[in-house]
Amino acid sequence: MKVDCDISVRHLTRVEGHGNIRIRIEDGELKEALWEVVETPRFFEAMLVGKRWDNAPWICGRICGICSIGHTLASIRGVENAFGIIPSRQTARLRLLLKHMETLQSHVLHLFFLAAPDFLGEASVLPLIRSRPEVVALAAGLKGLANDLCDEVGGRRMHPTRTVVGGFTMLPDRRRLADFRPRLLEAAEGLRQAAAIFKGFCLPDFVRETEFVSLKGEGEYPFIGGSLISSDGVTRPETDYRLMTNEYLVLQSTSKWSKLSRDSFAVGALARVNNNFRLLRPEAQELAREFGLAPVCHNPYLNNIAQLVECLHVTGDAIRLLDELLGSAWEPPRLEVTPRAGRGVGAVEVPRGILYHGYEFDEVGRIVSCDCVIPTSQNHANIQHDLTALARQSARQGLGDREIERLAEMLVRAYDPCISCSVH
Amino acid sequence: MPDSSLTPKNYLGVPVERPKVAFFELSSCEGCQLQILNNESSLLAFLDLIEIVRFREAMSGGGDDYEIALVEGSVTRPDEVERLKLIRAQARLLVALGSCACFGGVNQLKNRFPLDWVKREVYGEHPIETAPARPLADFVAVDLKIYGCPIKKEEVERIVTDLVIGKEIVYPDYPVCMECKANGNLCLFELGEPCLGPVTRAGCDAWCPNSRAGCWGCRGPATEANLAQMLAIMDERGFSRETVIDRLECFGGFASQVAALRAAGGHR
Repeated sequence: MKVDCDISVRHLTRVEGHGNIRIRIEDGELKEALWEVVETPRFFEAMLVGKRWDNAPWICGRICGICSIGHTLASIRGVENAFGIIPSRQTARLRLLLKHMETLQSHVLHLFFLAAPDFLGEASVLPLIRSRPEVVALAAGLKGLANDLCDEVGGRRMHPTRTVVGGFTMLPDRRRLADFRPRLLEAAEGLRQAAAIFKGFCLPDFVRETEFVSLKGEGEYPFIGGSLISSDGVTRPETDYRLMTNEYLVLQSTSKWSKLSRDSFAVGALARVNNNFRLLRPEAQELAREFGLAPVCHNPYLNNIAQLVECLHVTGDAIRLLDELLGSAWEPPRLEVTPRAGRGVGAVEVPRGILYHGYEFDEVGRIVSCDCVIPTSQNHANIQHDLTALARQSARQGLGDREIERLAEMLVRAYDPCISCSVH
Repeated sequence: MPDSSLTPKNYLGVPVERPKVAFFELSSCEGCQLQILNNESSLLAFLDLIEIVRFREAMSGGGDDYEIALVEGSVTRPDEVERLKLIRAQARLLVALGSCACFGGVNQLKNRFPLDWVKREVYGEHPIETAPARPLADFVAVDLKIYGCPIKKEEVERIVTDLVIGKEIVYPDYPVCMECKANGNLCLFELGEPCLGPVTRAGCDAWCPNSRAGCWGCRGPATEANLAQMLAIMDERGFSRETVIDRLECFGGFASQVAALRAAGGHR
């Protein structure tokens, strides 16, 4: 069957930021498939110039409302690497715990509030409050736990207050920290219920061979710092991130695009799971297998499942970190900072993929130049190539307008794009 | 379960209307809207109080028959001025949500530089459209401001509840310093940290100082702000003008004070 199709989604909903989808099929032949990013740029890299080092994490955290903790931590790591500061073990544990809870919060927000309505045939989570109250309550409970623990460790769930270069302004309350242990155990149970719900969802059957980029795990599933790896076999040190991202400009997007060994690559939960599967906690690996998710998986819709798998991983790992923190006496919260001239890079796996902050400082610690490479900007080219392939496959299958539109929207949503972040 | 959208709400026995509310975002991190979703414990009760007809970040579709528009972000491109004017034309009440909408927020930090340099620094010679970052009130009448970066969800819920039941919206006229003292915190100055608590509008319950992080003035000046006295404290404690200006200019709420300081001291 030959189809005609003309789809124009202006400002895709249930994603962060502003992007448009355009698909045109004439007589069964794909004429156009376009992922357009129209978000206004905010110029963070320019506004930081001339500011002192302590401004960087505070301002750069504001690049993103969803992953402000990740941006803050990447920025801090960039500054610390430039000044030769090695955080204490306690700080490293607290940062990872905070990072884990941001991952849980963000993944649950995406899976339940943004993605799930597609699978349940609703326009938003709002009708589900009445039709599936148990699902909404489960999601709110998981997200609430993650946010509460972010408050306790970072001082605030969004744009954290305690995270600074050198460590933390103050430490969490030990008693309240201990109170999170049973809640985390309960969350792990809740995630199994979530998995049961997601098993009832029909994930679109679409595969396109893709290069996946992430941090390279050394002994543990990586989130903060380390070497960079691609599924096509490229490995580089953190400082060489620009050789991994190769940013360039295109007319269809106010965000920059990236490429590595091919025309595009993907970052995010699926990339991390693909590249570091063996380092996931056993229960998370088991959950992945239950969904048929095994490396290297080339179906972008399975990023949803990879996020679910990571939720279980970070919840389990948060319990480990909590036990380690509570099992040792508090050390001083922060190290003294002595600025010096030089460059520093911080690579952090945030919910949507690997994030880089690079800074150059003068001798008193003022920012000479700043560069932030955002996960979603690294994904834009891959979304475009996926969209083209999906539209071509849909045209061949003779699908109707509404079905193609639904699949296209779900495809972009599966990447959980953070568009305003990508343009920053 | 009864369909609560059809049930009139009651407040102290008096029926109240559920207003139709829409959320919009201009140049921003969309964090202020997320703060509303972030309030898991009271979110459902809050959603019961209003009827959300448009919230692009969280829902597909949506109508244009809203009465209250909550607009996040600052204006940084001409098409945003047009969007904002359309929103103003429809909304009975336009609310500026967060520091970007109220003052330009961190976005206005780029206004320190010539626009051509800003564009070249990030995009090279690639064509890109942008304008200086401005608050909503530079283009349309703003009925109500909700301050903060990010907004404090408890405050939003209180303000929206007051709106629904027709209560007057009141802001504290004292500074963050008062809230901080009331919370029994150690003074940040005693800990060797700079803090804008003495001059910044209260209402956040000293969110940052509670975490031993000095205030950066995201809510703008308090009605009773004694800037000269704060500068004297900063001098006495040995904080440079650069440190003070970094904080005062971060969110745009102290723009006139910063301009005066720069004019007086020849700072960057």
